[in-house]
Amino acid sequence: MKPKLTLPLALSLVGLVLPLAACGGGDGASGSSDRTITVLGAASLTGTFTDLAAQFEKDHPGVDVKLAFDSSATLAQQAVDGAPADVLATADTETMDSAKSALANAPQDFATNTMVLVTPKDDPAGISRFSDINRSGVTYVACVDTAPCGKVAAALMSDNKVTSKPASLEVDVKSVLAKVTSNEADAGFVYATDAVAAGDQVRTLSIPHATDEITTYPIAPLTQSKESGLAQQFVDLVLSDQGQQALQDAGFGKP
Amino acid sequence: MTTRADTRGRDTLGRPPLVLVVPGAVAAALLVVPLVSLVLDTPWGSFLSLLRTQAVLDALRITALASAVTVLACLLLGTPLAWLLARVDFRGRALLRAAVAVPLVLPPVVAGVALVSALGRNGLVGSVLRDTTGVTLPYTTTAVVIAHTFVSMPFYVLSVEGALRASGERYDVVAATLGADRWTTFRRVTLPLAMPGVLAGSVLAWARSLGEFGATITFAGNYPGTTQTMPTLIYQELQSDPEVARTLSMILMVVSVAVLAALRNRWLTTP
Repeated sequence: MKPKLTLPLALSLVGLVLPLAACGGGDGASGSSDRTITVLGAASLTGTFTDLAAQFEKDHPGVDVKLAFDSSATLAQQAVDGAPADVLATADTETMDSAKSALANAPQDFATNTMVLVTPKDDPAGISRFSDINRSGVTYVACVDTAPCGKVAAALMSDNKVTSKPASLEVDVKSVLAKVTSNEADAGFVYATDAVAAGDQVRTLSIPHATDEITTYPIAPLTQSKESGLAQQFVDLVLSDQGQQALQDAGFGKP
Repeated sequence: MTTRADTRGRDTLGRPPLVLVVPGAVAAALLVVPLVSLVLDTPWGSFLSLLRTQAVLDALRITALASAVTVLACLLLGTPLAWLLARVDFRGRALLRAAVAVPLVLPPVVAGVALVSALGRNGLVGSVLRDTTGVTLPYTTTAVVIAHTFVSMPFYVLSVEGALRASGERYDVVAATLGADRWTTFRRVTLPLAMPGVLAGSVLAWARSLGEFGATITFAGNYPGTTQTMPTLIYQELQSDPEVARTLSMILMVVSVAVLAALRNRWLTTP
Protein backbone atom coordinates (compact mmCIF):
# COMPACT_ATOMS: atom_id res chain seq x y z
CA MET A 1 0.00 0.00 0.00
CA LYS A 2 2.89 2.31 0.70
CA PRO A 3 4.10 3.12 -2.84
CA LYS A 4 0.51 3.97 -3.90
CA LEU A 5 0.27 6.74 -1.38
CA THR A 6 3.41 8.47 -2.60
CA LEU A 7 1.71 10.67 -5.16
CA PRO A 8 -1.04 12.14 -2.97
CA LEU A 9 1.53 12.53 -0.23
CA ALA A 10 3.93 14.36 -2.52
CA LEU A 11 1.09 16.59 -3.70
CA SER A 12 0.02 17.44 -0.18
CA LEU A 13 3.61 18.26 0.73
CA VAL A 14 3.82 20.64 -2.24
CA GLY A 15 0.55 22.17 -1.07
CA LEU A 16 1.92 22.64 2.41
CA VAL A 17 5.23 24.11 1.40
CA LEU A 18 4.09 26.54 -1.30
CA PRO A 19 2.19 28.94 1.00
CA LEU A 20 5.15 28.92 3.39
CA ALA A 21 7.50 29.92 0.61
CA ALA A 22 5.11 32.70 -0.40
CA CYS A 23 5.01 34.00 3.19
CA GLY A 24 8.78 34.07 3.40
CA GLY A 25 9.02 36.33 0.36
CA GLY A 26 6.46 38.80 1.72
CA ASP A 27 8.11 39.22 5.09
CA GLY A 28 11.53 39.97 3.68
CA ALA A 29 10.34 43.05 1.84
CA SER A 30 9.22 44.96 4.94
CA GLY A 31 11.84 43.75 7.40
CA SER A 32 14.03 46.88 7.43
CA SER A 33 11.81 49.17 9.56
CA ASP A 34 12.52 49.34 13.26
CA ARG A 35 9.16 50.66 14.52
CA THR A 36 5.84 49.14 13.60
CA ILE A 37 2.21 49.89 14.29
CA THR A 38 -0.61 47.55 13.40
CA VAL A 39 -3.99 48.93 12.40
CA LEU A 40 -7.10 46.74 12.50
CA GLY A 41 -9.60 48.11 10.02
CA ALA A 42 -13.11 47.13 8.90
CA ALA A 43 -13.02 45.50 5.47
CA SER A 44 -14.69 48.52 3.84
CA LEU A 45 -11.69 50.68 4.81
CA THR A 46 -9.22 48.58 2.80
CA GLY A 47 -8.55 51.08 0.00
CA THR A 48 -8.50 54.28 2.07
CA PHE A 49 -6.44 52.92 4.95
CA THR A 50 -3.91 51.39 2.56
CA ASP A 51 -3.39 54.85 1.04
CA LEU A 52 -3.33 56.58 4.44
CA ALA A 53 -0.84 54.03 5.78
CA ALA A 54 1.48 54.77 2.85
CA GLN A 55 1.13 58.48 3.61
CA PHE A 56 1.85 57.84 7.29
CA GLU A 57 4.99 55.83 6.44
CA LYS A 58 6.16 58.69 4.21
CA ASP A 59 5.59 61.22 7.03
CA HIS A 60 7.30 59.00 9.62
CA PRO A 61 10.49 57.52 8.11
CA GLY A 62 11.45 54.20 9.68
CA VAL A 63 7.90 53.44 10.72
CA ASP A 64 6.13 50.48 9.22
CA VAL A 65 2.30 50.40 9.27
CA LYS A 66 0.83 46.92 9.16
CA LEU A 67 -2.81 46.65 8.18
CA ALA A 68 -5.28 43.89 8.94
CA PHE A 69 -8.72 44.04 7.37
CA ASP A 70 -11.59 41.83 8.43
CA SER A 71 -15.17 42.06 9.59
CA SER A 72 -15.57 44.56 12.42
CA ALA A 73 -16.82 41.93 14.83
CA THR A 74 -13.82 39.69 14.22
CA LEU A 75 -11.40 42.60 14.70
CA ALA A 76 -13.14 43.81 17.88
CA GLN A 77 -12.93 40.28 19.28
CA GLN A 78 -9.23 40.09 18.38
CA ALA A 79 -8.60 43.45 20.07
CA VAL A 80 -10.31 42.26 23.25
CA ASP A 81 -8.34 39.02 23.12
CA GLY A 82 -5.14 41.08 23.19
CA ALA A 83 -4.07 40.86 19.56
CA PRO A 84 -0.77 42.76 19.11
CA ALA A 85 -2.31 45.83 17.47
CA ASP A 86 -2.33 49.59 18.04
CA VAL A 87 -5.43 51.04 16.40
CA LEU A 88 -8.93 49.70 15.84
CA ALA A 89 -11.37 51.15 13.31
CA THR A 90 -14.78 49.47 12.97
CA ALA A 91 -17.73 49.91 10.62
CA ASP A 92 -20.24 50.58 13.37
CA THR A 93 -20.36 51.94 16.91
CA GLU A 94 -21.88 48.76 18.34
CA THR A 95 -18.87 46.55 17.60
CA MET A 96 -16.56 49.31 18.84
CA ASP A 97 -18.50 49.29 22.13
CA SER A 98 -17.96 45.53 22.38
CA ALA A 99 -14.19 46.19 22.38
CA LYS A 100 -14.47 48.84 25.11
CA SER A 101 -12.11 47.00 27.48
CA ALA A 102 -9.27 47.22 24.93
CA LEU A 103 -9.64 50.92 24.04
CA ALA A 104 -6.98 53.34 25.31
CA ASN A 105 -9.09 56.43 24.52
CA ALA A 106 -12.73 57.14 23.78
CA PRO A 107 -13.48 56.23 20.15
CA GLN A 108 -13.93 59.11 17.69
CA ASP A 109 -16.29 59.00 14.71
CA PHE A 110 -14.38 59.59 11.47
CA ALA A 111 -16.69 58.61 8.62
CA THR A 112 -20.17 57.49 7.65
CA ASN A 113 -21.43 55.13 5.03
CA THR A 114 -24.79 54.58 3.39
CA MET A 115 -26.15 51.49 1.75
CA VAL A 116 -26.83 51.24 -1.97
CA LEU A 117 -28.06 48.56 -4.32
CA VAL A 118 -25.64 47.37 -6.98
CA THR A 119 -26.28 45.19 -10.01
CA PRO A 120 -23.80 43.63 -12.44
CA LYS A 121 -22.72 46.02 -15.19
CA ASP A 122 -25.00 44.49 -17.83
CA ASP A 123 -27.92 44.26 -15.38
CA PRO A 124 -29.15 40.75 -16.30
CA ALA A 125 -32.45 41.09 -14.40
CA GLY A 126 -33.34 44.56 -15.71
CA ILE A 127 -33.46 46.34 -12.37
CA SER A 128 -34.31 50.01 -12.89
CA ARG A 129 -35.36 50.91 -9.36
CA PHE A 130 -35.02 49.47 -5.87
CA SER A 131 -38.50 47.91 -5.72
CA ASP A 132 -37.62 45.67 -8.68
CA ILE A 133 -35.92 43.26 -6.29
CA ASN A 134 -39.44 42.18 -5.30
CA ARG A 135 -40.01 40.72 -8.76
CA SER A 136 -39.94 36.94 -8.83
CA GLY A 137 -36.86 35.50 -10.47
CA VAL A 138 -34.60 38.29 -9.24
CA THR A 139 -31.70 36.80 -7.30
CA TYR A 140 -30.28 39.24 -4.78
CA VAL A 141 -27.90 38.89 -1.85
CA ALA A 142 -27.23 40.82 1.34
CA CYS A 143 -25.12 40.42 4.47
CA VAL A 144 -26.31 38.17 7.27
CA ASP A 145 -27.92 40.23 10.03
CA THR A 146 -25.24 39.33 12.58
CA ALA A 147 -22.87 41.54 10.54
CA PRO A 148 -23.25 45.35 10.63
CA CYS A 149 -23.93 45.49 6.87
CA GLY A 150 -26.69 42.93 7.37
CA LYS A 151 -28.34 44.91 10.16
CA VAL A 152 -28.57 47.95 7.86
CA ALA A 153 -29.81 45.85 4.92
CA ALA A 154 -32.47 44.20 7.10
CA ALA A 155 -33.63 47.59 8.39
CA LEU A 156 -33.85 48.95 4.85
CA MET A 157 -35.76 45.90 3.65
CA SER A 158 -38.27 46.43 6.40
CA ASP A 159 -38.43 50.24 5.83
CA ASN A 160 -39.17 49.58 2.16
CA LYS A 161 -41.51 46.65 2.85
CA VAL A 162 -39.50 44.24 0.68
CA THR A 163 -41.54 41.08 0.23
CA SER A 164 -39.01 38.81 -1.50
CA LYS A 165 -36.20 36.95 0.26
CA PRO A 166 -32.48 37.19 -0.49
CA ALA A 167 -30.97 34.13 -2.15
CA SER A 168 -28.06 34.16 0.26
CA LEU A 169 -26.93 35.94 3.41
CA GLU A 170 -23.21 36.52 3.05
CA VAL A 171 -20.91 36.86 6.04
CA ASP A 172 -19.41 40.15 4.90
CA VAL A 173 -20.03 42.91 2.39
CA LYS A 174 -17.08 41.95 0.17
CA SER A 175 -18.70 38.56 -0.42
CA VAL A 176 -21.93 40.33 -1.42
CA LEU A 177 -20.01 42.50 -3.87
CA ALA A 178 -18.15 39.46 -5.23
CA LYS A 179 -21.44 37.67 -5.91
CA VAL A 180 -22.60 40.70 -7.94
CA THR A 181 -19.36 41.40 -9.82
CA SER A 182 -19.05 37.71 -10.73
CA ASN A 183 -22.62 37.94 -12.04
CA GLU A 184 -23.84 35.19 -9.71
CA ALA A 185 -26.47 37.55 -8.29
CA ASP A 186 -28.73 40.10 -9.99
CA ALA A 187 -28.36 42.62 -7.19
CA GLY A 188 -26.70 43.11 -3.82
CA PHE A 189 -26.86 45.39 -0.78
CA VAL A 190 -23.44 47.01 -0.34
CA TYR A 191 -22.04 50.23 1.08
CA ALA A 192 -21.67 53.27 -1.16
CA THR A 193 -17.91 52.91 -0.76
CA ASP A 194 -17.96 49.34 -2.09
CA ALA A 195 -19.86 50.56 -5.14
CA VAL A 196 -17.24 53.30 -5.69
CA ALA A 197 -14.42 50.75 -5.28
CA ALA A 198 -16.02 48.38 -7.78
CA GLY A 199 -16.05 51.18 -10.36
CA ASP A 200 -17.73 50.33 -13.65
CA GLN A 201 -18.04 46.64 -12.78
CA VAL A 202 -21.38 47.50 -11.19
CA ARG A 203 -24.39 49.79 -11.65
CA THR A 204 -25.40 51.66 -8.52
CA LEU A 205 -28.97 52.44 -7.47
CA SER A 206 -29.95 54.41 -4.42
CA ILE A 207 -32.18 52.79 -1.81
CA PRO A 208 -35.17 54.77 -0.47
CA HIS A 209 -34.74 55.67 3.25
CA ALA A 210 -31.01 54.83 3.07
CA THR A 211 -30.22 58.13 4.82
CA ASP A 212 -32.21 56.91 7.85
CA GLU A 213 -29.81 53.98 8.26
CA ILE A 214 -26.40 55.62 8.13
CA THR A 215 -23.51 53.68 9.65
CA THR A 216 -20.90 55.55 11.62
CA TYR A 217 -17.23 54.50 11.69
CA PRO A 218 -15.36 55.01 14.98
CA ILE A 219 -11.59 54.73 15.50
CA ALA A 220 -9.58 54.35 18.73
CA PRO A 221 -6.07 53.47 19.90
CA LEU A 222 -5.74 50.20 21.82
CA THR A 223 -4.46 49.64 25.36
CA GLN A 224 -2.05 46.88 24.25
CA SER A 225 -0.22 49.32 21.95
CA LYS A 226 3.54 49.54 22.52
CA GLU A 227 3.65 52.65 20.31
CA SER A 228 0.81 54.66 21.79
CA GLY A 229 2.25 57.92 20.42
CA LEU A 230 2.32 56.61 16.86
CA ALA A 231 -1.09 55.03 17.34
CA GLN A 232 -2.59 58.39 18.31
CA GLN A 233 -0.83 60.05 15.37
CA PHE A 234 -2.41 57.57 12.98
CA VAL A 235 -5.83 58.34 14.49
CA ASP A 236 -5.08 62.05 14.05
CA LEU A 237 -4.15 61.50 10.39
CA VAL A 238 -7.48 59.77 9.76
CA LEU A 239 -9.31 62.69 11.40
CA SER A 240 -7.21 65.35 9.61
CA ASP A 241 -8.36 67.21 6.48
CA GLN A 242 -6.10 65.00 4.42
CA GLY A 243 -7.58 61.84 5.88
CA GLN A 244 -11.11 63.13 5.51
CA GLN A 245 -10.48 64.01 1.85
CA ALA A 246 -9.19 60.50 1.16
CA LEU A 247 -12.27 59.03 2.83
CA GLN A 248 -14.65 61.22 0.84
CA ASP A 249 -12.89 60.31 -2.42
CA ALA A 250 -13.64 56.70 -1.57
CA GLY A 251 -17.35 57.43 -1.14
CA PHE A 252 -17.55 57.88 2.64
CA GLY A 253 -19.70 60.62 4.17
CA LYS A 254 -18.66 63.11 6.83
CA PRO A 255 -19.14 62.03 10.45
CA MET B 1 -7.21 -8.95 22.52
CA THR B 2 -3.67 -9.27 23.87
CA THR B 3 -2.17 -12.63 23.04
CA ARG B 4 0.63 -14.33 24.90
CA ALA B 5 3.09 -13.64 22.08
CA ASP B 6 2.30 -9.91 22.39
CA THR B 7 3.03 -9.77 26.11
CA ARG B 8 6.24 -11.70 25.71
CA GLY B 9 7.32 -9.35 22.92
CA ARG B 10 6.61 -6.34 25.10
CA ASP B 11 8.81 -7.69 27.92
CA THR B 12 11.71 -8.25 25.57
CA LEU B 13 11.32 -4.85 23.91
CA GLY B 14 11.59 -2.95 27.19
CA ARG B 15 10.08 0.39 28.21
CA PRO B 16 8.87 2.76 25.51
CA PRO B 17 11.68 5.30 24.92
CA LEU B 18 11.08 8.89 26.07
CA VAL B 19 12.09 10.18 22.64
CA LEU B 20 8.82 8.68 21.36
CA VAL B 21 6.68 9.09 24.48
CA VAL B 22 7.25 12.84 24.93
CA PRO B 23 6.41 13.98 21.37
CA GLY B 24 3.50 11.56 21.36
CA ALA B 25 2.16 13.13 24.56
CA VAL B 26 2.60 16.62 23.10
CA ALA B 27 0.65 15.59 20.00
CA ALA B 28 -2.11 14.10 22.14
CA ALA B 29 -2.28 17.26 24.28
CA LEU B 30 -2.49 19.47 21.18
CA LEU B 31 -5.45 17.45 19.97
CA VAL B 32 -7.24 17.00 23.27
CA VAL B 33 -6.76 20.30 25.15
CA PRO B 34 -8.71 22.54 22.72
CA LEU B 35 -11.61 20.08 22.68
CA VAL B 36 -11.68 19.87 26.47
CA SER B 37 -11.58 23.68 26.70
CA LEU B 38 -14.49 23.87 24.27
CA VAL B 39 -16.48 21.50 26.49
CA LEU B 40 -15.58 23.51 29.60
CA ASP B 41 -16.39 26.83 27.90
CA THR B 42 -19.80 25.76 26.68
CA PRO B 43 -22.67 27.48 28.45
CA TRP B 44 -24.53 24.24 29.05
CA GLY B 45 -27.54 26.09 30.50
CA SER B 46 -28.52 27.35 27.07
CA PHE B 47 -27.57 24.13 25.26
CA LEU B 48 -31.00 22.56 25.07
CA SER B 49 -32.94 25.75 24.42
CA LEU B 50 -30.55 26.64 21.60
CA LEU B 51 -30.84 23.14 20.18
CA ARG B 52 -34.56 23.72 19.75
CA THR B 53 -34.35 26.98 17.78
CA GLN B 54 -35.47 26.89 14.16
CA ALA B 55 -32.12 28.12 12.80
CA VAL B 56 -30.20 25.32 14.54
CA LEU B 57 -32.72 22.66 13.57
CA ASP B 58 -32.59 23.85 9.94
CA ALA B 59 -28.80 23.91 9.91
CA LEU B 60 -28.61 20.45 11.49
CA ARG B 61 -31.09 19.13 8.95
CA ILE B 62 -29.15 20.54 5.99
CA THR B 63 -25.85 19.29 7.43
CA ALA B 64 -27.25 15.80 8.05
CA LEU B 65 -28.87 15.67 4.62
CA ALA B 66 -25.83 16.99 2.78
CA SER B 67 -23.39 14.66 4.53
CA ALA B 68 -25.66 11.62 3.97
CA VAL B 69 -26.14 12.40 0.26
CA THR B 70 -22.40 13.09 -0.02
CA VAL B 71 -21.57 9.62 1.29
CA LEU B 72 -24.14 8.15 -1.08
CA ALA B 73 -22.62 10.03 -4.01
CA CYS B 74 -19.18 8.80 -2.99
CA LEU B 75 -20.40 5.21 -2.85
CA LEU B 76 -22.17 5.37 -6.22
CA LEU B 77 -19.67 7.50 -8.15
CA GLY B 78 -16.45 7.25 -6.14
CA THR B 79 -16.32 3.45 -5.96
CA PRO B 80 -16.30 3.01 -9.75
CA LEU B 81 -13.69 5.76 -10.06
CA ALA B 82 -11.48 4.08 -7.46
CA TRP B 83 -11.90 0.78 -9.28
CA LEU B 84 -10.94 2.36 -12.61
CA LEU B 85 -7.85 3.89 -11.03
CA ALA B 86 -6.83 0.66 -9.33
CA ARG B 87 -7.71 -1.96 -11.93
CA VAL B 88 -7.87 -0.52 -15.44
CA ASP B 89 -4.79 0.50 -17.37
CA PHE B 90 -5.58 3.54 -19.46
CA ARG B 91 -3.67 6.50 -20.81
CA GLY B 92 -3.49 9.39 -18.39
CA ARG B 93 -4.30 7.26 -15.36
CA ALA B 94 -1.47 8.78 -13.31
CA LEU B 95 -2.62 12.26 -14.31
CA LEU B 96 -6.22 11.50 -13.37
CA ARG B 97 -5.14 10.11 -10.01
CA ALA B 98 -3.21 13.30 -9.33
CA ALA B 99 -6.21 15.41 -10.37
CA VAL B 100 -8.47 13.43 -8.03
CA ALA B 101 -6.13 14.20 -5.14
CA VAL B 102 -5.97 17.95 -5.83
CA PRO B 103 -9.12 18.92 -3.88
CA LEU B 104 -7.37 17.44 -0.81
CA VAL B 105 -4.77 20.20 -0.83
CA LEU B 106 -6.96 22.95 -2.25
CA PRO B 107 -8.09 25.58 0.26
CA PRO B 108 -11.87 25.04 0.48
CA VAL B 109 -12.59 28.61 -0.59
CA VAL B 110 -10.61 27.98 -3.77
CA ALA B 111 -12.66 24.83 -4.28
CA GLY B 112 -15.74 27.06 -4.04
CA VAL B 113 -14.35 29.50 -6.59
CA ALA B 114 -13.55 26.59 -8.91
CA LEU B 115 -17.11 25.30 -8.54
CA VAL B 116 -18.53 28.76 -9.31
CA SER B 117 -16.43 29.01 -12.46
CA ALA B 118 -17.65 25.58 -13.55
CA LEU B 119 -21.24 25.42 -12.29
CA GLY B 120 -22.15 29.04 -11.47
CA ARG B 121 -24.86 30.52 -13.64
CA ASN B 122 -22.17 32.00 -15.92
CA GLY B 123 -19.80 29.07 -15.46
CA LEU B 124 -18.43 26.78 -18.12
CA VAL B 125 -21.06 24.10 -17.51
CA GLY B 126 -23.50 26.24 -15.53
CA SER B 127 -24.24 28.65 -18.39
CA VAL B 128 -25.02 25.75 -20.74
CA LEU B 129 -27.26 24.23 -18.09
CA ARG B 130 -29.03 27.54 -17.61
CA ASP B 131 -29.54 28.15 -21.33
CA THR B 132 -30.84 24.66 -22.04
CA THR B 133 -32.90 23.87 -18.94
CA GLY B 134 -33.25 27.15 -17.06
CA VAL B 135 -31.75 25.50 -13.98
CA THR B 136 -29.24 27.45 -11.89
CA LEU B 137 -27.38 25.65 -9.13
CA PRO B 138 -26.02 28.33 -6.73
CA TYR B 139 -28.15 29.09 -3.66
CA THR B 140 -29.76 25.64 -3.69
CA THR B 141 -29.38 22.64 -1.39
CA THR B 142 -28.16 20.74 -4.46
CA ALA B 143 -25.25 23.18 -4.63
CA VAL B 144 -24.42 22.38 -0.99
CA VAL B 145 -24.33 18.67 -1.81
CA ILE B 146 -22.17 19.27 -4.89
CA ALA B 147 -19.71 21.36 -2.88
CA HIS B 148 -19.56 18.72 -0.14
CA THR B 149 -19.09 15.91 -2.64
CA PHE B 150 -16.33 17.83 -4.40
CA VAL B 151 -14.28 18.23 -1.24
CA SER B 152 -15.11 14.80 0.27
CA MET B 153 -14.81 12.49 -2.72
CA PRO B 154 -10.98 12.50 -2.86
CA PHE B 155 -10.81 11.09 0.67
CA TYR B 156 -13.17 8.31 -0.34
CA VAL B 157 -11.56 7.51 -3.68
CA LEU B 158 -8.01 7.38 -2.29
CA SER B 159 -9.13 5.20 0.60
CA VAL B 160 -10.97 2.71 -1.63
CA GLU B 161 -8.25 2.72 -4.27
CA GLY B 162 -5.69 1.91 -1.57
CA ALA B 163 -7.83 -0.98 -0.33
CA LEU B 164 -8.34 -2.30 -3.87
CA ARG B 165 -4.63 -2.24 -4.58
CA ALA B 166 -3.81 -3.81 -1.21
CA SER B 167 -6.15 -6.74 -1.80
CA GLY B 168 -4.51 -7.30 -5.17
CA GLU B 169 -5.80 -8.67 -8.45
CA ARG B 170 -5.17 -12.37 -7.74
CA TYR B 171 -8.69 -13.11 -6.46
CA ASP B 172 -10.16 -11.28 -9.45
CA VAL B 173 -8.13 -13.49 -11.76
CA VAL B 174 -9.24 -16.64 -9.92
CA ALA B 175 -12.87 -15.55 -10.17
CA ALA B 176 -12.42 -14.89 -13.87
CA THR B 177 -10.91 -18.34 -14.51
CA LEU B 178 -13.90 -19.84 -12.72
CA GLY B 179 -16.14 -18.18 -15.27
CA ALA B 180 -17.26 -14.97 -13.58
CA ASP B 181 -17.57 -11.92 -15.82
CA ARG B 182 -15.97 -8.68 -14.70
CA TRP B 183 -19.12 -7.17 -13.19
CA THR B 184 -19.82 -10.33 -11.19
CA THR B 185 -16.19 -10.38 -10.06
CA PHE B 186 -16.46 -6.78 -8.94
CA ARG B 187 -19.67 -7.43 -7.01
CA ARG B 188 -18.82 -10.78 -5.45
CA VAL B 189 -15.05 -10.63 -4.99
CA THR B 190 -13.42 -7.23 -5.44
CA LEU B 191 -15.87 -5.08 -3.49
CA PRO B 192 -16.21 -7.39 -0.44
CA LEU B 193 -12.41 -7.52 -0.18
CA ALA B 194 -12.20 -3.73 -0.35
CA MET B 195 -14.97 -3.25 2.23
CA PRO B 196 -12.70 -1.93 5.01
CA GLY B 197 -11.50 0.77 2.60
CA VAL B 198 -15.08 1.55 1.56
CA LEU B 199 -16.14 1.97 5.18
CA ALA B 200 -13.10 3.99 6.17
CA GLY B 201 -13.51 6.16 3.09
CA SER B 202 -17.19 6.70 3.84
CA VAL B 203 -16.44 7.81 7.37
CA LEU B 204 -13.69 10.16 6.15
CA ALA B 205 -15.95 11.64 3.47
CA TRP B 206 -18.80 12.01 5.93
CA ALA B 207 -16.59 13.75 8.47
CA ARG B 208 -15.17 16.07 5.83
CA SER B 209 -18.69 16.94 4.67
CA LEU B 210 -19.84 17.61 8.22
CA GLY B 211 -17.18 20.28 8.71
CA GLU B 212 -17.31 21.73 5.20
CA PHE B 213 -17.50 25.50 5.21
CA GLY B 214 -15.42 27.39 2.66
CA ALA B 215 -16.54 25.74 -0.57
CA THR B 216 -20.17 25.73 0.55
CA ILE B 217 -20.40 29.40 1.45
CA THR B 218 -18.55 30.42 -1.71
CA PHE B 219 -20.52 28.27 -4.11
CA ALA B 220 -23.90 27.68 -2.47
CA GLY B 221 -24.21 30.79 -0.30
CA ASN B 222 -25.77 30.97 3.13
CA TYR B 223 -29.51 31.04 3.71
CA PRO B 224 -31.35 29.45 6.64
CA GLY B 225 -33.34 26.41 5.57
CA THR B 226 -31.81 25.98 2.12
CA THR B 227 -28.05 26.34 2.19
CA GLN B 228 -27.07 27.16 5.76
CA THR B 229 -25.12 24.30 7.33
CA MET B 230 -23.89 24.04 10.92
CA PRO B 231 -20.37 25.34 10.14
CA THR B 232 -21.75 28.41 8.31
CA LEU B 233 -24.17 29.07 11.16
CA ILE B 234 -21.30 28.78 13.64
CA TYR B 235 -19.16 31.20 11.65
CA GLN B 236 -22.04 33.64 11.37
CA GLU B 237 -22.80 33.51 15.10
CA LEU B 238 -19.11 33.97 15.90
CA GLN B 239 -19.52 37.49 14.53
CA SER B 240 -22.35 38.44 16.87
CA ASP B 241 -22.34 36.10 19.85
CA PRO B 242 -19.30 33.88 20.51
CA GLU B 243 -21.20 32.14 23.34
CA VAL B 244 -23.84 30.91 20.91
CA ALA B 245 -21.13 29.92 18.44
CA ARG B 246 -19.43 27.86 21.14
CA THR B 247 -22.64 26.08 22.03
CA LEU B 248 -23.33 25.38 18.36
CA SER B 249 -19.83 23.96 17.95
CA MET B 250 -20.57 21.72 20.91
CA ILE B 251 -23.80 20.52 19.31
CA LEU B 252 -21.97 19.67 16.08
CA MET B 253 -19.24 17.92 18.05
CA VAL B 254 -21.68 15.89 20.16
CA VAL B 255 -23.62 14.81 17.09
CA SER B 256 -20.52 13.82 15.13
CA VAL B 257 -18.90 11.98 18.03
CA ALA B 258 -22.16 10.12 18.66
CA VAL B 259 -22.43 9.02 15.03
CA LEU B 260 -18.74 8.06 14.89
CA ALA B 261 -19.08 6.04 18.10
CA ALA B 262 -22.11 4.26 16.69
CA LEU B 263 -20.28 3.48 13.45
CA ARG B 264 -17.04 2.53 15.11
CA ASN B 265 -18.10 -0.85 16.42
CA ARG B 266 -19.37 -1.99 13.04
CA TRP B 267 -16.44 -0.52 11.21
CA LEU B 268 -13.76 -2.03 13.43
CA THR B 269 -15.31 -5.49 13.60
CA THR B 270 -15.61 -5.79 9.82
CA PRO B 271 -12.70 -7.78 8.34
